Amino acid sequence: MEIFSNILIYFVIVPVLTLAGLALCSNKGIKAIRTVAVAGASVLVALAIYLVYLFLQARGAGDTSEMILRTDVTWFAPFNIKLALGVDGISVVMILLSAFIVFAGVFASWKMNPLPKQFFLWFYLLSTGVFGFFISIDLFTMFMFYEVALIPMYLLIGVWGSGSKNYSAMKLTLMLMGGSAFLMLGLIGIYFHSAADGNLTMNVLEIAHNDAIPHQWQLWLFPLTFIGFGVLGAMFPFHTWSPDGHASAPTAVSMLHAGVLMKLGGYGCFRIAIYLMPFAANELAWIFLTLTGVSIVYGAFSACVQTDLKYINAYSSVSHCGMVLFAILMFNTTAMTGAVLQMLSHGLMTALFFALIGMIYGRTHTRDIRDMGGMMTIMPYLGVGYVVAGLASLGLPGLSGFAAEMTIFFGSFEHSDMFHRVLTIAATCSIVITAVYILRVVGKLLFGAVQNEHHRELTDASWEERLSTATLMLSVAAIGCFPNFFVNIISDSFLPVVKALGAMI
Amino acid sequence: MNLTLLMYLVPSLVMFGCGVYGFLTRKNMIAIMISLELMLNSVDINFVVFNRYLFPGQMDGMFFTLFAIAIAAAETALALAIIINVFRVARKVDINELTKLKF
Amino acid sequence: MPLSYTIAVIAIPLLMFFFLGLAGVKMDKKLTGVLGVIGMLITTVIAYGVALTYFFGSDQGQVADGVRQAVVVFNPDWLSFTKTLVVRMGIMLDPIAAMMLIVITTVSLMVHLYSLGYMCDHHGHAEKGFQRYYAFLALFTFSMLGLVVATNLFQIFIFFEMVGLSSYLLIGFYYQSPAAVHASKKAFIVTRLADLFFLLGIMILSYYTGTFDFDQLVFGPNGANSLEVAQSAIATGGGATFLGCSVMAWALTFIFIGGAGKSAMYPLHIWLPDAMEGPTPVSALIHAATMVVAGVFLVARLFPLYVIEQGAMEIICVVGAFTAFYAAAIACVQSDIKRALAFSTVSQIAFMMTSLAVSSADGGLIEIHGGHGLGFMASMFHLFTHAMFKALLFLCAGAIIHAVHSNENSKMHGLHKYMPITSIAFLIGCLAIAGIPPFAGFWSKDEILVACYAKGTGWGIWMSMVAGMTAFYMFRIYFLIFHWKKHEVHTEHAPSDQPWTMTLPLIILATISIVAGFVPAHDLVTWDGKELHTQLNWTVAGSSVLIACIGIGLAFKMYYKENELPDKLQARFSGLWEAAYRRFYMDELYQFITHKVIFQGICKPIAKFDRGIIDGFFNLLASVTGSAAYGIRRLQNGSIQSYVYVYLVGALALAVITMVCVLI
Repeated sequence: MEIFSNILIYFVIVPVLTLAGLALCSNKGIKAIRTVAVAGASVLVALAIYLVYLFLQARGAGDTSEMILRTDVTWFAPFNIKLALGVDGISVVMILLSAFIVFAGVFASWKMNPLPKQFFLWFYLLSTGVFGFFISIDLFTMFMFYEVALIPMYLLIGVWGSGSKNYSAMKLTLMLMGGSAFLMLGLIGIYFHSAADGNLTMNVLEIAHNDAIPHQWQLWLFPLTFIGFGVLGAMFPFHTWSPDGHASAPTAVSMLHAGVLMKLGGYGCFRIAIYLMPFAANELAWIFLTLTGVSIVYGAFSACVQTDLKYINAYSSVSHCGMVLFAILMFNTTAMTGAVLQMLSHGLMTALFFALIGMIYGRTHTRDIRDMGGMMTIMPYLGVGYVVAGLASLGLPGLSGFAAEMTIFFGSFEHSDMFHRVLTIAATCSIVITAVYILRVVGKLLFGAVQNEHHRELTDASWEERLSTATLMLSVAAIGCFPNFFVNIISDSFLPVVKALGAMI
Repeated sequence: MNLTLLMYLVPSLVMFGCGVYGFLTRKNMIAIMISLELMLNSVDINFVVFNRYLFPGQMDGMFFTLFAIAIAAAETALALAIIINVFRVARKVDINELTKLKF
Repeated sequence: MPLSYTIAVIAIPLLMFFFLGLAGVKMDKKLTGVLGVIGMLITTVIAYGVALTYFFGSDQGQVADGVRQAVVVFNPDWLSFTKTLVVRMGIMLDPIAAMMLIVITTVSLMVHLYSLGYMCDHHGHAEKGFQRYYAFLALFTFSMLGLVVATNLFQIFIFFEMVGLSSYLLIGFYYQSPAAVHASKKAFIVTRLADLFFLLGIMILSYYTGTFDFDQLVFGPNGANSLEVAQSAIATGGGATFLGCSVMAWALTFIFIGGAGKSAMYPLHIWLPDAMEGPTPVSALIHAATMVVAGVFLVARLFPLYVIEQGAMEIICVVGAFTAFYAAAIACVQSDIKRALAFSTVSQIAFMMTSLAVSSADGGLIEIHGGHGLGFMASMFHLFTHAMFKALLFLCAGAIIHAVHSNENSKMHGLHKYMPITSIAFLIGCLAIAGIPPFAGFWSKDEILVACYAKGTGWGIWMSMVAGMTAFYMFRIYFLIFHWKKHEVHTEHAPSDQPWTMTLPLIILATISIVAGFVPAHDLVTWDGKELHTQLNWTVAGSSVLIACIGIGLAFKMYYKENELPDKLQARFSGLWEAAYRRFYMDELYQFITHKVIFQGICKPIAKFDRGIIDGFFNLLASVTGSAAYGIRRLQNGSIQSYVYVYLVGALALAVITMVCVLI
């Protein structure tokens, strides 16, 4: 079949095959389970790198089409539902990010107990959804994969979580499903207005080119889709699932969730809400800009007083993901490029954070920073990793956060009106607050005297933990040191949407 | 004396009424099942007599009744089996006390 | 030596950082230190080669028409914001960058060598984290070198952050001590706050000018600072104003605040005294000689812009002059030797800032009016000499602390007999900073005072007075440490001069402190790359030496031999003394703002609001839905008999209704 000659479909096939492979393993055969899981993740990483290569090659060869590697397969003709594949620079880097985080996540859940097989099954189902979402450009297919990615979260947290896991799992699922309900309404609305001539379509590109959604409809559909995705992107005031959800989730799930799943929100906001409804985006941007601006500062301030490591990172995520949506709403190439860089950066760095927190928690059985101290002496490797993650988070040059935040700030500053200026300056102030809470944690957790004498017997990271965190640390440093490589992949992909937005003003 | 249709239907109605009453008021599962059988049998009677009086040339009602009896027998066997098993596990057959499967 | 070798000057410390940081863990501690010193030695040699070639060679396009111009040896794109606004990571040599290369590598090499001895205990065993220490030193050296050779404003910002990080890591080197952790955190956050303004300044500046690059902001076509270029850069602001001031003035003031954070100008100076929690050689390198002058360097780099935008320059002038006095006043009463030196540093950096700011005297273009950029040259010259003698003083302090295991001068006294070399080196440092000829500080400080008098007599007198205070507090420290009374031996070892690794740097730096004044700075580091003709202003020179001698004499009278006078004065002015000792309560103020206002007043309520109101709303939504569902669930009770009731009633009701309908 034609579709199998498109490399993109393998991003779904590989996780599914891994699922099948895992299903064949026996419950006890931990070695076989690990082998299959690692094999799947490695293939995904290789595929993602190859995809970047293909993309660069295509662009280098002068292919300026909006999406490359396009293939359509009809699924359900009456509604024009297709398995429409295609990627641009943004999806390419998101796929790369997802592959790396899945890879690191497998190693971070190396000693998963109990039920390792079932854990990896759900884990890979989630990955399938994530990759499927990024490769498809059909509204229905995207929504389907979106749901596939969300549902496993309930079980992953409910079964393998810690603390008040039932509450958190239920809260997370319900709030995200609530978002999906808005989203679904929005998508249906978009579908029924997708073409002026009655040839309704689900294809994002076609809808954008038709530009047929009536303005008064856009004003309804834009908030629905934006909030729908915004819930997943932890937009104030729909972020409260994040602290509880992350706090209860097992390590790898936190990593995947904060690292990749929350990016689905930002990606969807851009790809569907803004791209398809530029009129309403321009009209209503001020509301969401205010909300995301609040997110940034509010998340940072809230993080300053938390005592649970995961809560700190969850609030920090609220702040950083707020930055993503904030930048997307700035509607210029620079800020939007910054948004994608921030997605990459936040994905890797938060995954690193959660991996390290999980490893520390696995040893000390507490995440309360008041009960810990002097961890740097006891577990230097994890300590250094934590410092690196922290520095990336507070935006130190040479690590990913800096390049991303600076691109966002400079992009946002291109707007010269008072409203945007004030918000930009408020967002910029978050770099100081971030420094405050990161250094507070680092100071309490890693430095100072050892609080609990039992902690002295704890061991440093094992090889698989080192591998997992080193992968992420190197990725963070790679983005930080060579941001232009990524900027070049990303920035041109924003031209169509910026053009569409510009046409509306 | 000539037996009219009504003379069959009245006992059948009484039986059905007894069955409904029993079904609603009994707490013992066996008694509930007996009530159920009463209702079933009253309906069987109706089938037979309607067939006999209204469509004497046809046998459909008779056959239908035979089927109903066979199914009732099977159903009773199944129900008894369940009741016995429930009794073995829970040591009681009172429906108000059997709440283990309830939410 | 080809100027492109500067790349090696930057690259070697970076490689040393990774090598010592990663591989050093498995190596012998001493070996890592020796490797660090060797790496730094190579860097220093190349840096000297490059800088001397730049200053005295003529074959690589660095001099044209008698003007020293900036040479860019390497400038790739690093991050493109837009097609035109691009951050580049480059290497550029111009007079001040070349001078800074010398300063940084010299002091860094001295500190590397000195630390071999300092970071060991009395038995010569290396301290825990020895290789980490050397890795961080290398990181710092890399960052600082990257800062001074920056080709654009954004690169300076990047390396501002990087030196901030290295400073954080090195202040918190003894990370098990809460005081060190606290101090490192404070240093990072205060400088970050300043960097926030720096960033805002860059944002405003680049928004209007559309560039970060110095060659479009300040350098003219001949590759030297040009007022015309600066004028046109300022003009891109198009006269836009904000709150009554031009946007460019805002931008430049914000950029200055960024510099003020690093350079510890009032009121952002509070981190520097605490930063003394770090190892003493680190204080010498980072918090005395190099990083803290980054702010001065920044202002010097953008000097033409500031000259055009006089409003910002006035602010710098006032802040500098006030800080110089404020810090000097505090330094007069500190009992902790390192803190006294730290405040002395703040005061001296303020001298440099003020000097830069008065350089454009008469409020006009300096070419037209009498300034001739003397202050710029004086500032850079003082930066150079100060780096040398302040590093010397700190390293001497380190030797003393290493010998007596205390920072308090009450534990010292009378050490001259025990540590003669250190004592003489310290004395040389004090003479240099006090401005006694022919020591280095005299020449540079004299130029600064001349520049200040050129701006106005009031400024000159004020700065002369601070210079007198400098002489007083430095000799106060000197006499209290080395004289005052006989030393009481507190430890099992009597204090003595330290091993050669620590003494050699003292001797080298002392020598430099004596001779550095004769460096022809007026030829080398002028603002426009041309030679500046200066001559000694005997009135100013004579009066400043006189004032310095009065300061020294006063210190001699009060502190040379044990006497009652200091205590009497302290009792007489107890309120003032206490206020100065507590640094005029600035730390308390900051403590109040950060803890009471921000932490308790903003963060806590927000966190409560989040859990209570926002999350509470969603929980309420969930519980309302839940209880509604629970109510409905009662109908579905699982009892078949109740279903039959409902069914029967329903069926009968339906039957009745049907009948009624039919009958009607």
